[in-house]
Amino acid sequence: MKNSISKVLFFALVALLALIFISPFMVMVLTSFKTNNDAFTIPVKLFPRVWVKENYPAAFAAIPYFKYMGNTVFITAISLIGQLLVTPMVAYSLVKIKWKGADIISGLVMATMMIPITVTMVPLYKIYSKLGLTNTYIPLILPAFFGKAYYIVIVRQFFAGIPNSLIEAGKIDGATEFQRYYKIALPLCKPVLTTIGIYAFLDAWSDYLYPLIFITKPGMYTLSLGLQQYMSEYSVDWARLMAAAVVFVLPVIVCFAVFQKNFVEGIATSGLKA
Amino acid sequence: MKGRNATQRDFINGLLFSSPWILGFLAFSVYPLISSLYYSLTKFNAVTAPQWVGLDNYKDIFSDPLVWKSLGNTLFMAFVSTPINLFVALLLASIVCADFKGRGFVRTAFFLPSVIPMVAATMVWIWMFDPTYGYINNVLSWFGISGPAWLMDAHYTKWALVLMGTWNTGTMMLVCMSALQSVPRSYYESAEIDGAGKVARFFYITVPCIAHVLVYQAILSTINAFQYFQQVYIIISANAGVKGGSAAGGPENSILMYPLYVFHNAFTYLKMGKASAMAWLLFIIVAILTVFMTKVTRKVTENAGGE
Repeated sequence: MKNSISKVLFFALVALLALIFISPFMVMVLTSFKTNNDAFTIPVKLFPRVWVKENYPAAFAAIPYFKYMGNTVFITAISLIGQLLVTPMVAYSLVKIKWKGADIISGLVMATMMIPITVTMVPLYKIYSKLGLTNTYIPLILPAFFGKAYYIVIVRQFFAGIPNSLIEAGKIDGATEFQRYYKIALPLCKPVLTTIGIYAFLDAWSDYLYPLIFITKPGMYTLSLGLQQYMSEYSVDWARLMAAAVVFVLPVIVCFAVFQKNFVEGIATSGLKA
Repeated sequence: MKGRNATQRDFINGLLFSSPWILGFLAFSVYPLISSLYYSLTKFNAVTAPQWVGLDNYKDIFSDPLVWKSLGNTLFMAFVSTPINLFVALLLASIVCADFKGRGFVRTAFFLPSVIPMVAATMVWIWMFDPTYGYINNVLSWFGISGPAWLMDAHYTKWALVLMGTWNTGTMMLVCMSALQSVPRSYYESAEIDGAGKVARFFYITVPCIAHVLVYQAILSTINAFQYFQQVYIIISANAGVKGGSAAGGPENSILMYPLYVFHNAFTYLKMGKASAMAWLLFIIVAILTVFMTKVTRKVTENAGGE
């Protein structure tokens, strides 16, 4: 008897918490189907009094939405390529090549994760503007081709779990280091590449700070910058803004739904061991 | 065993393979750090060349009340938000570690907020915090509570941020979850035989077993709090638009976070020298915290006899 009461209480608590956690999503989606008047009517109702879908076309028309989306897709795609190209190579050199620098570099990789962007943003801005590269996508894309510490740590962890004998088998056949990397190691790390690929996609898609600093020309905005244009007037058209946000967030949710397992593994390994 | 040539070849290969990162490290970390230190001793805006002023920027910082105000706000986020987030993350993790129907769905619900682009999430929260038309105050009104003005009232702004932060603990939850799952079952079983209750088991088995993870997460979250500013930047721009004002730090500067003030000095007031000096001060704080984190985590791990 006592057991079943505590079970019910547990379920009630879990259901309440789950509801609280998804409520912002519900608010976002449901507001996007309200008329703006409806959103600003008391008493506030969770569901629209009248369901309308006009907010979507209106949101796309109010700002150059698809241009911004194109810009965002472009930056995301190039960053993704850069990260996938460089990360496994660097990670490989840290655990699968026996050389003096490996430990030093591993330490430095960890250390750079702690450098606040607040410190680096002024000099980076200064140098990019000197080179005439502000209001281009170079400052946003370039770092992807030099490896991001967090991703390197995740892939390094993965390589560390692969037996050396698997890779050294290639040595006997007289393969070069690069061939061993490319033909043996790289195919093995497909699952972890998926994981960092997802992170790289998410990071580039959601990035706000770099575009904020380096992009001031409205035509070159990314979606995360563009969303603010709905807010710069005296009042905010929340219904439209939420419609725009839904479309912005949708690819992320789809990606998460498909790759949930990779998300969880990536965080579990890096968070614990890093 | 390895010949000299092989050692040399490995060295060259290692260097070649990691060269992209080394170059990036020099260009995106070392160079900015050093030039930021130099800039902190100069006066310049985006256009003019830096002019040497010695320690003037640092003197300016220490006499600027807004620097202290913003540091206070940031410390609040670091030391109020962190323990709350850790508690929530641990609670959520224990829930999803339990065995029940719909566990997968619940885990997704708890974690999903962490992958949502920060801009979109922040905007939804601004809308939910709306004093009149927001959902939060309306739900509160069901219970006869008249909610505060949240992001518009200096007494509640930071608490609103804390609340927003708890929604975003999914990553921490996953880390806690895999820590909880790594505690050997047999420990619990033998404790149960010895007659230890649920609470006793939690404090005498679970907590010591995952202490190193908790400590690491706590300090990591503190370090992140020192970088917290994009959310407040968005909130402030949104409210400034609504009110037609240009409050740089929210109501009574209550959410003027330290990094936000650095950002304003650099890109709004174009006092890049002062911004650099402030940034270096932040860098030193974060560096100390990082060293502290490494030491403490190692100590706790050793005490637990793990790894």
